[in-house]
Amino acid sequence: MKEVLMQVDNLKKYFPITGGVFQRTVGNVKAVDDVSFRIHRGESLGLVGESGCGKSTIGRTILRLNEKTDGTVLFQGKDLYKLPKEELRRMRPKMQIVFQDPFSSLNPRIKVGQAIGEALYDHGVTDSKVVRERVLETMNICGLASYQYDRYPHEFSGGQRQRIGIARALIMNPEFIVADEPVSALDVSIQAQIINLLSDLQRDKQLTYLFISHDLSVVEHLCDRVGVMYLGSMVEMSSTEELFRNPLHPYTKALMSAIPVPDPTYKRDRVVLQGDIPSPANPPSGCKFHTRCPIASDICKQQAPEYRDVGNDHLVACHFV
Amino acid sequence: MVKDLVEFRNLETHFHTTAGTVKAVDNVSFTIREGETLCVVGESGCGKSVTAMSLMQLIESPPGKIVGGEILFEGRDLLKLSKRDMSKIRGNEISMIFQEPMSSLNPVLTIGHQISEPLMLHMLLDRKAAKKRAIELITLVGISRPDKIFDSYPHELSGGMRQRIMIAIALSCDPKLLIADEPTTALDVTIQAQILDLMRDIKQKLNTSIMLITHDLGVVAEMADYVVVMYAGKVIEEAPVLELFQDPQHPYTKGLLKAKPIINQKQERLYSIPGQVPNPIDLEDNCHFHDRCEFCMDICKVKQPPFRTHGKDNHKSACWLYEEEREVL
Repeated sequence: MKEVLMQVDNLKKYFPITGGVFQRTVGNVKAVDDVSFRIHRGESLGLVGESGCGKSTIGRTILRLNEKTDGTVLFQGKDLYKLPKEELRRMRPKMQIVFQDPFSSLNPRIKVGQAIGEALYDHGVTDSKVVRERVLETMNICGLASYQYDRYPHEFSGGQRQRIGIARALIMNPEFIVADEPVSALDVSIQAQIINLLSDLQRDKQLTYLFISHDLSVVEHLCDRVGVMYLGSMVEMSSTEELFRNPLHPYTKALMSAIPVPDPTYKRDRVVLQGDIPSPANPPSGCKFHTRCPIASDICKQQAPEYRDVGNDHLVACHFV
Repeated sequence: MVKDLVEFRNLETHFHTTAGTVKAVDNVSFTIREGETLCVVGESGCGKSVTAMSLMQLIESPPGKIVGGEILFEGRDLLKLSKRDMSKIRGNEISMIFQEPMSSLNPVLTIGHQISEPLMLHMLLDRKAAKKRAIELITLVGISRPDKIFDSYPHELSGGMRQRIMIAIALSCDPKLLIADEPTTALDVTIQAQILDLMRDIKQKLNTSIMLITHDLGVVAEMADYVVVMYAGKVIEEAPVLELFQDPQHPYTKGLLKAKPIINQKQERLYSIPGQVPNPIDLEDNCHFHDRCEFCMDICKVKQPPFRTHGKDNHKSACWLYEEEREVL
């Protein structure tokens, strides 16, 4: 059995909505609502879903970049939310994040070499020669040339900036990386380069990924297991192969059929979902998907389906599976 | 015989910057026929949006300027029209929808007001008739409760709904050509599927020509009759959609098709085009793709390949691989 690196149980993250003269809390946006999953060492877990489904919030909450509302997050068996501050700080280099937008995640006034090496100083490496060496080595791994050490972010294209973002995450030799839509802002030809870089790094450094994306075809390519989210809940999770061969939840099916296939002769039999994604501040009763589900019935409106294992490590939350 | 609606002839749109001249659209020629969906595909900065903006004459000047060529719309050169005549065509015969449905609607005016405006301006309807037509249009784009939506403000609607409203506004004067600039890029896939369905539906019902600008080859395969591929300001290949996907000629088109991960066809490793799009400032007179191309020859570095057919009548490309002449003179 593989070692569990990250164990998340019943995680909840609510953002309060305030209103009135006294800014009292009048409601909650349930961004993440009772989600549990595990990530094994060396695997990459994909999280997919549409905007507002809570996938990025999960990524941030399990790294403790924002506080949880409820639930537990264990990293290497240690509860991140119970660790003393100093110990959490020592833990941080092992878990890193790569952001979506390579344009706003870099400080325009700091040279990229310094931006990449910054964290080393913060974590006790004081010899500037050593830092420079480590930075150059990491830049090289990420496909950046050493003469680019003294350049500023504006001199780089989107794909190269994403390489800088990856280098910043990599410099601390992390074990676990949350990649939050790392290729969504990039063009197709550059996207392929970054995907290949991420999978090479995983192989060479035995990294563990939580890969967040809205693009199922990218996730299929890069991930070992995939979780599908809808309005703050996990609706289905299984190995990538199983999920794409045999999707069970009607939302997963609709999501897959909605992706345009680059082949004009392809006969699609598409499930077009009606309506919009409901507001997470006021989610539908019962199964949250029932307002758009093609097979919904009365029970779906009243009772939330249980998230259960239907065999083969395939978890799904639907009354009709 | 299908008639030509728009013909771009050697269009040149340049931007003059302090760093040098950017030939955003460099000698571009292609034709949009009546009732046809033409997709312009390419990566960011390839000039696909600037081509559309040149057609609408919405290029901000300075720094931009259309320096050469013709844009024929039903035989008339739009570039020679007066400002007044052009504004009669804009929104009336040619209309446009944009990528960001959030920022292209006015937040302080009701949806009804914004749909009625072009109707009263171009079709000279009175307020009552305009409201009636506006409600018909809102129904046409598949929104239920049109009366309620008529009195709503943009912030009360979701992204998909706003894009539907944009389409309703664009269709208000029965345009002959609808330009859609990345209309679904900001939307989620399930909403994208709805909007693409709607556009196909409209094309069939109203026989409107569509110029669809996109970077997503999946969308192209689904929507296009005819495809134009652009790279660094130039058209490098054009063909009917089936032909282009089955027998792409230009190495860049081939690369794009291979680089996209396709659902249910998992590969060990993705094909990727090395390098990156060249700096658009003061490009040399050669094939702009040469430094990323695996078939690059000496001639590619010094001379631009001609854009013409190679064997098949309806399939044009610009690549030295298909030319007889290959020696550097």
